[in-house]
Amino acid sequence: MEVLSLLAGGFAIAFAPLNLALVVFGCAIGLFVGAMPGLGSVNGVAILLPMTFLVPPESAIIFLAALYYGAMYGGAISSIMLGIPGASTAVATTFDGRPLALQGKADVALISAAVASFVGGTISVVLFTLFAPPLAEVALTFGSPEIFALMVLAFATFIGLGGDDIPKTLFSIFIGLAMSAVGLDIISGQPRLIFFGLPGFYHGINFLVLAIGIYGIGEMLWTVEVSRGKMSISQATMSLRRIVDGVIGLKRSIKTMLMGSFLGYFVGILPAAGATPGSLMAYGVAKTISKEPGTFGKGNVDGVVAPEAANNAASTGAMLPMLTLGIPGSPTTAILLGGMVIWGLEPGPLLFVEHSDFVWGLIASLYAANLFAVLINVAFIPAFIWVLRMPFTILAPIIFVLCIVGGYAPTQDMHDVWLMLIFGIVGYLMRKLDYPLAPAVLAIVLGPLAEPALRQSLLISNGSFAIFFERPFAGVIMVIALGLLILPILQKMVRYARRPA
Amino acid sequence: MRRAEFVMAVVMALFSLYLMWKSAELPIGWIPDEGPGGGAFPFWLGAGMLVCSLWTLLRWFRRTSDVSRSSEAYFDSRALTLFLIVGGSLTVMIGSIHLVGVYGAVPLFLAFYMRFLGRHGWPTTGAVALSTPIVAFFFFEIALNITLPKGLTEPLFYPLYDIFL
Repeated sequence: MEVLSLLAGGFAIAFAPLNLALVVFGCAIGLFVGAMPGLGSVNGVAILLPMTFLVPPESAIIFLAALYYGAMYGGAISSIMLGIPGASTAVATTFDGRPLALQGKADVALISAAVASFVGGTISVVLFTLFAPPLAEVALTFGSPEIFALMVLAFATFIGLGGDDIPKTLFSIFIGLAMSAVGLDIISGQPRLIFFGLPGFYHGINFLVLAIGIYGIGEMLWTVEVSRGKMSISQATMSLRRIVDGVIGLKRSIKTMLMGSFLGYFVGILPAAGATPGSLMAYGVAKTISKEPGTFGKGNVDGVVAPEAANNAASTGAMLPMLTLGIPGSPTTAILLGGMVIWGLEPGPLLFVEHSDFVWGLIASLYAANLFAVLINVAFIPAFIWVLRMPFTILAPIIFVLCIVGGYAPTQDMHDVWLMLIFGIVGYLMRKLDYPLAPAVLAIVLGPLAEPALRQSLLISNGSFAIFFERPFAGVIMVIALGLLILPILQKMVRYARRPA
Repeated sequence: MRRAEFVMAVVMALFSLYLMWKSAELPIGWIPDEGPGGGAFPFWLGAGMLVCSLWTLLRWFRRTSDVSRSSEAYFDSRALTLFLIVGGSLTVMIGSIHLVGVYGAVPLFLAFYMRFLGRHGWPTTGAVALSTPIVAFFFFEIALNITLPKGLTEPLFYPLYDIFL
């Protein structure tokens, strides 16, 4: 019952006026960001992180977590109303949400999405509350070899489960880690990788420069190219009666909701997977277990419920390894992690010991964020639909300006702004060629933690890599990681063997 | 796509070599009692990048990846024009921050983008272009105490500093 008393203490922090206001504000911004085509939680968190220097670090994280949450709700709005996913995490929601809207049942789809998100979010926060403390306790015994092994595991999931081109995924990981090595060598203090002798490289490459470059500038360039056509917005008629009817009608979807929530949560914990594949998998499973799979894709409410429950659950799932192990479970949590490091709140098991107030305040505010997100979502659906009519040619330049000013703020060096532009443009050009970029963002955040862990481990073992396999925890983690690395090769061999001769 | 894939892989392979060479400015071998030298980590990452780029080139040559088989254009003419205009105006904006500062460059960029690309009327364009820097000023300079670069326009802000700071 220790958990309950800690949680009660957390609620006291979450309901402090400033934090509560930030939760509500964060949810509202998140809903907006999620609803905007082309912007998802990761873009919102990356672009707005520099703006949170205004409030104390603990409150800033609470704000960003609420934003993360709200974005998961918001993604459904444009998926249903425009037929364009508001964020990649809401792709699966378009499959049945759009047909429902075209049949004049947009309100049913929107309500189902909101309720499913709430259920998914709540279940996952409860799971989080139960799992986090024991996991953190185990993680307290970890030394450098275990930490490095965990990072290898995180990167291995991108190769085993990411489904992208393997050499390009590996390239993305390596270049992200290499970017993190720029600046002063942490052990000897010598300047390292000072490209062209530019003094701006002495302070290293801030992860925000890469994150805003890719998720701000690169993403907007991408959206400018993709969103050339006109969008058409469906009409939604809302009334209290229809809302109540819609909620009652969801009784039949409870099983799907629960399935989506648990599946989403566990998929969300894996670094490479996260909310997008989680929601796609939940959609697939919902279709398989459904009594009437033929109606999927033609406007089945279960087809909206499953992915929406899953993507919210996954976003909480991704926070579990981030807070307890210091290994982010998604690109968005990677950026949150980077932010916490800037603020001196080093994530990992020690956080639960040294900043226990903060951890429980954050967990409690996730409960609060979940509640407020569903309330704001249902109450302001008409407002969000109105916002979707805002022309992209007004939104895009404002976001570009936010990126540039936001990229300048942390270091106050124009050098970083130029670097951000280069990352944005090169990232966009690489993305067009199927280079996955999320691994690079994860890598630049983890790099400063991975390199010392590797070097200290090798120092302990006198240069032998066997240390990663000899210690029980590290060994198990490394074996799983290696398994993931050879998974694509195995899949290929199976496919080859099955091929008719 | 096919040509773009090849060019990108070659450029990245060259960048990897440069990175390895640059890392080698620091010791990359084993230093007794200190562990791996400071350059070792980026050196081997660079080596990894090189291997991946060569692997991509091999897949390009054997046409095993999707992109290397695609006959679609990397950029069609419309996309290229848009990219050049948007990318170019961003570059010009950042460049002009050095000269006329954020408060000069930002309204110009917003006005250009909204008027020229968005074809919005002058009232909307003007409202957004003028209100954004004002909001930015109060948020960054007053609330956060972060001074944004002002270039030549610095003296214009002295009276504002007197009032607010």
